[in-house]
Amino acid sequence: MSRTRRRVRKPAARLSPPRLSSRDVLHVGSAGLRARPMRVFLSALGIAIGIATMIAVVGISSSSQAKLLRELDRLGTNMLVATPGQGMFSGQDTTLPKEAPGMISRIAGVESVGTTGDVAESVRRSENIPKEETGGVAVKAAKDDLPGTLRASVASGTWLNDATGRYPSVVLGDVSARRLGITEPGQQVFIGGRYFTVIGILGPVPLAPEIERSALIGWDAAERLLGFDGHPTAVYERSADDRVAAVRELIARTANPQAPSAVSVTDPSAALQAKAATEGAFSTLLLGLGGIALLVGGVGVANTMIISVLERRHEIGLRRSLGGTRGQIRIQFVTESLLLSGLGGLAGTVLGGAATAVYARTGDMPWVVPPWAVGGGFAATLVIGTLAGLYPAVRAARLSPTLALATA
Amino acid sequence: MELTGVTKEYPGGVTALRGVDLSIGGGELLAIVGPSGSGKSTLLHIVGTLDRPTSGGVRIAGHDIAALSDRSLSALRSRHVGFVFQSFHLVPGISARANVAEGLLYSGLSRAERGRRAAWALERVGLGDRMDHRPHELSGGQKQRVAIARAVAGAPDLLLADEPTGALDTASGESVMELLHELNQDGATIAVITHDNEIAASLPRQVRIRDGEVVADIRACRAAPAGADAGADAGAAR
Repeated sequence: MSRTRRRVRKPAARLSPPRLSSRDVLHVGSAGLRARPMRVFLSALGIAIGIATMIAVVGISSSSQAKLLRELDRLGTNMLVATPGQGMFSGQDTTLPKEAPGMISRIAGVESVGTTGDVAESVRRSENIPKEETGGVAVKAAKDDLPGTLRASVASGTWLNDATGRYPSVVLGDVSARRLGITEPGQQVFIGGRYFTVIGILGPVPLAPEIERSALIGWDAAERLLGFDGHPTAVYERSADDRVAAVRELIARTANPQAPSAVSVTDPSAALQAKAATEGAFSTLLLGLGGIALLVGGVGVANTMIISVLERRHEIGLRRSLGGTRGQIRIQFVTESLLLSGLGGLAGTVLGGAATAVYARTGDMPWVVPPWAVGGGFAATLVIGTLAGLYPAVRAARLSPTLALATA
Repeated sequence: MELTGVTKEYPGGVTALRGVDLSIGGGELLAIVGPSGSGKSTLLHIVGTLDRPTSGGVRIAGHDIAALSDRSLSALRSRHVGFVFQSFHLVPGISARANVAEGLLYSGLSRAERGRRAAWALERVGLGDRMDHRPHELSGGQKQRVAIARAVAGAPDLLLADEPTGALDTASGESVMELLHELNQDGATIAVITHDNEIAASLPRQVRIRDGEVVADIRACRAAPAGADAGADAGAAR
């Protein structure tokens, strides 16, 4: 008896409930989920779809942007093109002096130069095809290091050299080859009243789409066989990265000292850079759809939690009778809700990442899922989990233990 | 454990308890007996601190219930009171041992210690060989034993058993009552709430309740010394 007294007096001073360890919180919070895996799957699915949509939207746009940037990196942003601009009087066509390529190549910092000149002839598959059906393929004379400057690859065959450039041979851009129905070197096309032999087909030239749509012949051959006047219509120039701005200043004056204003200088990589920027700007509409899915998922979790609280009244009563405080009941259900939406978030991140991977693989893109998207998505699920679980948890904690234990 | 002039009214004008005085000493084994609607369940809830009286004082283990916050009451329950319910309230899908350990979750003991005590409590109720069985693999009597183990694992000052044999057949019921007697002999203070006069008669003290009032408080003469002995034994043993 006296023993009991002693034991009673001691703790009488302080009666604060012990805290649950985080491991115990996780344990009680997941107990309800472990008991009903199917329900967990279905209610986490909503969250997963929302997160997967958002991750995929961001991931796919980032991946296409990364592809463009990678390409841009390969092509370089240090190329400029000098073309004849508008003359002093409107409508007057201007030309570049014949010396322009040589002058430009002597500007300090210029590393390579490639030149084309428009030839007023059409290219056809054979003489039987009417002259008017050009297929939008232009004939250009080419000299200097055109493929090197453009970083264009020769997909099959060879590029023009000093020997072949003198004879009726032609290199086709990839688009013009497709339009003319040429699949391999050795076939012939009809230009300006005679047949030229195709000796090479170029790969894609993203920096100069006009080259993709051209039939390129040697400078000498063009002058000799097609009456080409020898004036360049485009001078492509590549310089050291740190000299681009300086070269840009000098190029017009150098190319045409008499009329610098008649030279137009452009940077083809600027267009690609702008395209990369727009690719990176993901669709807000799709992102909004993902957000709505996420919201619906959150409502689903809240619904599941409310049902869970209703069903587990006995358990709640039991836990209260075992000494669980209201706070501990609350944290149990908030933890359950957090785990539920967290599982959904995890599954959604994996799904979104996988969808991006499939897209990237089919489009030959690098797989990019920005960490901020994953972090943001996960933070969103945690916020949703807390919000969805708070009301049911408060309801559970307010439940009177005697009512909860009543058998009925 | 002491109740003085406890009255409980429910909203709607129902008065479940009218001025109940009751004191339960350490080492006692008593029955709170009465027909359904007599207020015995309300009394159980108030003694178990699950509910507060409308008026009157309740002292448990030296604490005045009225002065305690809900948090403190929860702590008091986890340290001083153990419950056994008619419908067991075991968690399905987890082992007997995990069920008993779950009862110690709010005690502040470490996980390992909870597991040890759970094993000890199951040995104590004679289910040492059923530790890893899950509730659906146990008979009704065994389930109630698990529930009793859960209640005694924390060594509470007072064990409240609400119709512990209500859901059991006669044989299992008898063995559960036997177990309660044994636990009492080891020093546990146990109050059995029942409507069954036969069960009540088998216990040393009977508190009869009718219409919210204590109508009789009978102590069997032979029980008093036995209880005292048990208390002394327990004191020496601990």
